[in-house]
Amino acid sequence: MPAEKDFTQQRHHFSFPSIFIYGHTASGKTYVTQTLLKTLELPHVFMNCVECFTSRLLLEQILNKLNHLRSSEGGCSTHITCETFNDFVRLFKQITKAESLKDQTVYIVLDKAEYLRDMEANLLPGFLRLQELTDRNVTVLFLSEIVWEKFRPNTGCFEPFVLYFPDYSIGNLQKILSHDHPPEYSADFYAAYINILLGVFYTVCRDLKELRHLAVLNFPKYCEPVVKGEANERDTRKLWRNIEPHLKRAMQTVYLREISSSQWEKVQKDDTDPAQLKGLSAYTHVELPYYSKFILIAAYLASYNPARTDKRFFLKHHGKIKKTSFLKKHEKITSLVTLQLLTLVGHDDQLDGPKYKCTVSLDFIRAIARTVNFDIIKYLYDFL
Amino acid sequence: MATSSVSKGCFVFKPNFKKRKISVPVEDYFNKGKNESEDSKLRFETYQLIWQQMKSETEQLQEELNKNLFDSLIEFLQKSYSGFQKNSKDWGCQIKLREIPTAALILGVNVTDHDLTFRSLTEALQNNVTPYVVSLQAKDCPDIKHFLQKLASQLTGCCVDEESKEGSTQVAQKKTHCSMDSLSSWYMNITQKTDPKMPRKKRTSSSQWQSPPVVLILKDMESFTTKVLQDFIIMSSQHLHEFPLILIFGIATSPVIIHRLLPHAVSSLLCIELFQSLSCKDHLTTVLDKLLLTTQFPFKLSEKVLQILTNIFLYHDFSIQNFIKGLQLSLLEHFYSQPLSVLCCNLPEAKRRINFLSDNQCENIRRLPSFRRYVEKQASEKQVALLTDERFLKEEIQSLLENLHAYHSNYFLVLRCLHQFTSSLPKYPLGRQIRELYCTCLEKNIWDSEEYVSALQLLRDYLLPPETQPLHEVVYFSAAHTLREHLNAAPRIALHTALNNPYYYLKNEALKSEEGCIPNVAPDICIAYKLHLECSRLINLVDWSEAFATVVTAAEKMDANSITSEERNEIIHARFIRAVSELELLGFIKPTKQKTDHVARLTWGGC
Repeated sequence: MPAEKDFTQQRHHFSFPSIFIYGHTASGKTYVTQTLLKTLELPHVFMNCVECFTSRLLLEQILNKLNHLRSSEGGCSTHITCETFNDFVRLFKQITKAESLKDQTVYIVLDKAEYLRDMEANLLPGFLRLQELTDRNVTVLFLSEIVWEKFRPNTGCFEPFVLYFPDYSIGNLQKILSHDHPPEYSADFYAAYINILLGVFYTVCRDLKELRHLAVLNFPKYCEPVVKGEANERDTRKLWRNIEPHLKRAMQTVYLREISSSQWEKVQKDDTDPAQLKGLSAYTHVELPYYSKFILIAAYLASYNPARTDKRFFLKHHGKIKKTSFLKKHEKITSLVTLQLLTLVGHDDQLDGPKYKCTVSLDFIRAIARTVNFDIIKYLYDFL
Repeated sequence: MATSSVSKGCFVFKPNFKKRKISVPVEDYFNKGKNESEDSKLRFETYQLIWQQMKSETEQLQEELNKNLFDSLIEFLQKSYSGFQKNSKDWGCQIKLREIPTAALILGVNVTDHDLTFRSLTEALQNNVTPYVVSLQAKDCPDIKHFLQKLASQLTGCCVDEESKEGSTQVAQKKTHCSMDSLSSWYMNITQKTDPKMPRKKRTSSSQWQSPPVVLILKDMESFTTKVLQDFIIMSSQHLHEFPLILIFGIATSPVIIHRLLPHAVSSLLCIELFQSLSCKDHLTTVLDKLLLTTQFPFKLSEKVLQILTNIFLYHDFSIQNFIKGLQLSLLEHFYSQPLSVLCCNLPEAKRRINFLSDNQCENIRRLPSFRRYVEKQASEKQVALLTDERFLKEEIQSLLENLHAYHSNYFLVLRCLHQFTSSLPKYPLGRQIRELYCTCLEKNIWDSEEYVSALQLLRDYLLPPETQPLHEVVYFSAAHTLREHLNAAPRIALHTALNNPYYYLKNEALKSEEGCIPNVAPDICIAYKLHLECSRLINLVDWSEAFATVVTAAEKMDANSITSEERNEIIHARFIRAVSELELLGFIKPTKQKTDHVARLTWGGC
């Protein structure tokens, strides 16, 4: 990236105070930044904002890592504590007075920067202006999947230099993925495999990490005919015919995480039929006690029928609800909420009567209604 | 206690500590009324004994039922652990996404029972896989900070031993500095300190491993907020190489909840496998089987009581714990309010206690409706004796108790037979589960019930003999005698027929003869045989040979010129000897010493 190189060639020069790098997942932001900083041996601190659920954690870790940078001979000195951004600025100025850090730009990289928005409101504007606040040669890099427009605080801030990392094109993906070829096979062989893989998966998945993972998982199956001696490395037709249905099945199962990757590998090793493995979504049946089923059905009807039709429907099956003991009803509603079959809507402070909504799907409620011989479709307004 | 206040407020009144609480020993509660206080201490002890036995039986049952589930979980964890340890020089391992091994445990909607299951699971894991097992509940973790704090505090509590001193100072630190990095560094410290030379209190298999994984159990997955789960999974996924984590999700409904709570980006960081626990209805059946449908425990429930308990289970909460509590309550109530429950124990002990029954208790027995009905059926002298003579009454009670015991053993045996028979019938007329059948039997005479009749009707409808069906001869083979003939061989008859009537087998027209006559062209053996039939027990060889010669020469009128009569006689003699030896071989005759030149006949009549 030529823009980056200009900034870093003369270390003691001040570079732009803050740079915002954004792009989709697996577009190379983290990788390029890290590699660049490490290769050029620029002093930097790399922080993942996901781990810093309090601002204190973020600030302290930055300071401690910097401290570690400057005293590279001995071990770490005492752990620095820092509660506010004010302290951070002060301590930052102290640390960067050190010899090893004085004459060059220090880089602070904040990965997954979107988490900063959920922290204290002064952090983001503060980091954007860190160079000015500390009067030191520092540049803050923000890496995120979300566009800058969603970051900009209402009160205004220092506008960073915005850099976009575009997605890899299919050609790029082909090149990158083909680099990983295993030592036992030729690069051409692996490239042909990657071609087939991309042909199947590119329409649904452009995530490089995911594609690499899928490539590794399915490669043994691709090599199977060669290993068994049924084809040689150049029989692209035969190899394609062997692997294509397998990849399509992978798309419906292991890609969706319906079954785990270890199960997928086992299926390939044992050579069993992958269609036999039931994915997670196949297990939808939930056994409920008898009265709970009726409460759920009533809740579903109440949630999805307009209020004015309630009287018309409820008078009919109201008899069934009456049978349940009043005391148990409350308990059962709470337990249905715990199971996430009902959710609380409205505010917590509405003391007179909490409102609930039924969150199950139509298929689910139909299955439940069938077990108690209740034809729910007859009572649903949308089906009249 | 009144207060006067201008504004509305809340006032707290602390209890008066001057009044000291007097605790009443439990057995004294049994001394309710004069009538019901008979043998109260003994009743209480009996109750306690039976309850202890029942409780340990249910615990054992629980263990057995959970065994399969726990074994497969442990296998999964061990497999994942070895996955961690695998040397990542392998090409595939370097490129694949490093996923957190996750077990999705589907436990069912009876959330009250889950606690017990998780406790046993934790114990099993600590004994077999790793000492670092942590369980978290959603209500303790409203955000990621509390999540990590709870996780850290439980982890430091996991390794007691010598580390406890450092552990306590670390705990104080952890409260404020809880982060993924601090957890990772704690883990590295702990596993480096695992020196096998150090004496350990727990010599479990898990402590032999170099760096055992950390197992985190989320007890109620549905109640966790999405954000907390997501953040934690993303964080721990990045630290997987230094903090080997394995997750167990406790799910009450269905695994679809995982995809609902976690977006694809996060669930792709997990390697999820599914495990299901036993359905609670099956669990109930097993509990009933072991506690009630058995002669091991003397205590039984009537139909209405059982119906109430099972209805609560099926209609309200599916909770086994509540069912067992209900059972305990019934047990306690029975021993509390029924003074005769002193006899509700094993048979030898009950028989012993009968001798010590007080007069009051004997009166109680006489007042029992079932005993009254029994007395009415007895002869009048016996009635009088039962109602007045204590000793006679006690003897009678002994035998009645024995009968009751025998009744129960037979009852459950036959009940199980009937269940086996009817549980596979179409449309399940008598219910699919044994508890449904048991309830029906408790209620009334099962043979009067419509369902039983309909079950037997099925017998009548479907088990008609095949002869009633038209065209049955097409497929049914019924010629039994032919088969017997062929399979049950009668060699003697065959021999007799062959020797007596050689035409039957040889089909030579010349051999046809009337009954009784000997055709002279028959084989020699036949002629000798027929001749010997006319003899008695001892046969004179000379006479026999002459008769033989006569018959044979009559057949050979031709060729008189070719051989001289001397030679002819010698040939005939040789033929005769041959025929006799063959008959001896076949077992019709044998040589005898009783008379010289005689042989004994071994058969009589036709065969």
